[in-house]
Amino acid sequence: MGGTALSLALTMLGLLLVTFVIGRVMPIDPVLKVVGDRATQAQYDAAFQAMGLDQPLYVQFARYLGDVLTGDFGRSISTGQLVVNDILRVFPATFELATLGTLIGVFVGVPLGVIAAARRGGIVDQVARVVALVGYSMPIFWLGLMGLLLFYGILGWVGGPGRQGIIHDGMVPTVTGLILVDSLIAGDWAAFKDAFSHIILPASLLGYYSLAYISRMTRSFMLEQLSAEYVTTARVKGLSERAVIWRHAFGNISIPLVTVIALSFGSLLEGSVLTEIIFSWPGLGQYITKALLSGDMNAVLGGTVVIGTCFVALNLLSDILYRILDPRSK
Amino acid sequence: MRHLLTPRAILLASALAIAPAAWAETPADTLVVAHTIDDIISLDPAQSFEFSGNDVNQNTYDRLVDFDPLDMEAGFKPSLAESWDVSQDGLSITFRMREGVKFHSGNPVRAEDAAWSLQRAVQLNLTPAFILTQFGFTADNVEDKITFDDTSLTLHLDKPYAPSFVLNCLTANVASVVDKETVMANAGEDLGNTWLSNNAAGSGPYTLTAWRPNEAVQLAAFEEYWQGAPTMKRVIVRNVQESSAQRLLLEQGDIDVARNLSPTDVDSIASVEGVKIQDEPRGRILYMGLNQKDPVLSNPAVIEAMKHLVDYDGIANSFLKGMFVPHQSFLPSGYLGALDDNPWTYDVEKARKLIDDAGMSGKTIVTKVRDLREYTDVAQALQASMAQAGLTLEIQQMTGAQVLDAYRARDVPVFIGEWGPDYSDPNTNAATFAFNPDNSDEAKATGLLAWRNAYAVPQAMNEATVAATLEQDAEKRKQMYIDIQKQYQAEAPIVPLFQRIEPTGLRDNVQNWNSGRSVTSVMYRQVTKGE
Repeated sequence: MGGTALSLALTMLGLLLVTFVIGRVMPIDPVLKVVGDRATQAQYDAAFQAMGLDQPLYVQFARYLGDVLTGDFGRSISTGQLVVNDILRVFPATFELATLGTLIGVFVGVPLGVIAAARRGGIVDQVARVVALVGYSMPIFWLGLMGLLLFYGILGWVGGPGRQGIIHDGMVPTVTGLILVDSLIAGDWAAFKDAFSHIILPASLLGYYSLAYISRMTRSFMLEQLSAEYVTTARVKGLSERAVIWRHAFGNISIPLVTVIALSFGSLLEGSVLTEIIFSWPGLGQYITKALLSGDMNAVLGGTVVIGTCFVALNLLSDILYRILDPRSK
Repeated sequence: MRHLLTPRAILLASALAIAPAAWAETPADTLVVAHTIDDIISLDPAQSFEFSGNDVNQNTYDRLVDFDPLDMEAGFKPSLAESWDVSQDGLSITFRMREGVKFHSGNPVRAEDAAWSLQRAVQLNLTPAFILTQFGFTADNVEDKITFDDTSLTLHLDKPYAPSFVLNCLTANVASVVDKETVMANAGEDLGNTWLSNNAAGSGPYTLTAWRPNEAVQLAAFEEYWQGAPTMKRVIVRNVQESSAQRLLLEQGDIDVARNLSPTDVDSIASVEGVKIQDEPRGRILYMGLNQKDPVLSNPAVIEAMKHLVDYDGIANSFLKGMFVPHQSFLPSGYLGALDDNPWTYDVEKARKLIDDAGMSGKTIVTKVRDLREYTDVAQALQASMAQAGLTLEIQQMTGAQVLDAYRARDVPVFIGEWGPDYSDPNTNAATFAFNPDNSDEAKATGLLAWRNAYAVPQAMNEATVAATLEQDAEKRKQMYIDIQKQYQAEAPIVPLFQRIEPTGLRDNVQNWNSGRSVTSVMYRQVTKGE
């Protein structure tokens, strides 16, 4: 485990270094963002110094690293808040969305993939293929807008853009930052229903993308297993097809599947920028994009560290699950 | 009757059955606004200089003088100051404070608070401080220059400025009156800058109940407001980026006001029942800057020709429709002395002849334009008409931050962009479009548009701009600005083209909405929602 810890530390250090350098060579002037278009040269110079930009790059990086180690990510120049506070505010929004999206992806995608493989060439397989193809090729912003228009605008089945309806906005005390959870803790059933009505559409959209990926992967893992010798043996022994598929083959694909799901979850955490913008979802993707466009490097670095940490944690988690699930490691 | 059972009808019926009525309407005493508010960095009036931050401050603070949201034409009016006197020599103005006004904290609003607020803004010297420091206040002298007693406050100016100039500046956000006791109780170190960035301590019609960056601002009516408690008990401003999302929310009745509708959405919403569009002229001027460091653009014939190469009406009626109107002088309509003549016409023939005669035909200009739809569209229209007149315009698209960087380094040959006034006095634009006392690179007068375009403003015009700030007679002062703009139209290489219009989408029952017109920020206290 010592080796793992070291490689994790090095991964994070590399991530920080690369992001930092990109941030500093980017042709965007963060000082202008702080002082604005109207500032005099003197005000500009004062801000330039206050931000430590007059120091050599390695000094800036060393300082930054020192701060990060003490948990200080500095202040965001686009919100004026401490980056830590910003992230604590936006991360739960993304986490909640990505989790629900992944759950939908798993609970629909895995059975779909398994059945598609078991009845190869059958109707379910064809449907699964079309679903996956559409999922890969349809631009997410278009699907999002159409979804909003249909389910919110025309049918009125779901809530509109935003995490909550206006009446419930800010009424549930923040405990975890996950509104579905917080409203349950507060026992506010109306707020829960409202939050659910707002999250279900974007989460389904993300879920759709992740199920397209998960079902394809499940199918191909499954096909591989079904052509293996032990499956033939099991069938010859007279085991029911159901038992063969779910007890034997599925047990074996669950290991690589865990990695697929973890990766898919990770990419929803970082990659749902467009969904967040369309649905006015105040999450991490939107936060980092905005920060990047205004040269707000403290915020970008803070966000990158969070995402990097998530990926590392997910990898670690899937490693651990691997060991638990893989009988050979016992 | 069989046709009633089509799948579509079933779908519709089930939709009606399931559609929750609770989502359909906002509460009668709450105003819900969708707006892009991701520009707020700080809510401290001494620091805030972005549109959305100023929108918040406008409603949470009062100033010594202010606008009446129901009578904008009247200009500034008494507010926390009940009246004022200008001394004989014009060097000081004494304000008598209104009595019985309270801050949100319950503390009385005193002359001391008003004086401290102005002193504080000067001492912090953040970006908007120049609105006050231009009257000769510095961090060192401000405590002697802004004095107070129990009932009055006096400004001691370094020159006998036009009273209208000083008073107009006092309507600016930076001159908001802050509750000294409350601020000092919460933070002393940085004059409360950090604390006030996230909190409000004013006497305005609304108190700040929440601000979540990039997400929402919530205000609650201040029941003891001295001009009467506002009708709208709550105001919620929700950050919604997408115009189409704002439109959907408005059509569904989930919001009362949509402030960032694209021309397409404005067009299609116009016919929707229950929704109306209100156009307001705003202060921003879309202009074309011709950099005088460029050998082609500094040729007087080319400058003249360029003014005839913009299809003012064509552009305003096609892709800028509903966003801008032609306006060819640097003061926006609504300002003292604004000139509403539009002397230039689109005339490619005339331009070609000018360019030919000057021997400039066949030249190429490479320029940078911000990748914002409005600007690139104008640049491309210009490119097309320049081509017909014998000039090639090569356009490089860049992000806003990149173009601004280059512009401040005097490195943009043909600049297409907007300028918004900083305060409600004509000097705000005159002092940047028509004033540039030192055109050298070393001067680094990056805040002046004239300098950014390397326009060496004639000495007489520099002097006229300064003189207009000192003219005591308001009528004469107005004429001085008209004269400056006429001369500017005749010779300057910076060409005002259009004035911004802001279309606001409103639910039918919203009355008295006011985005602030061309001179100030949005005001909520007079808004009502009828049946």
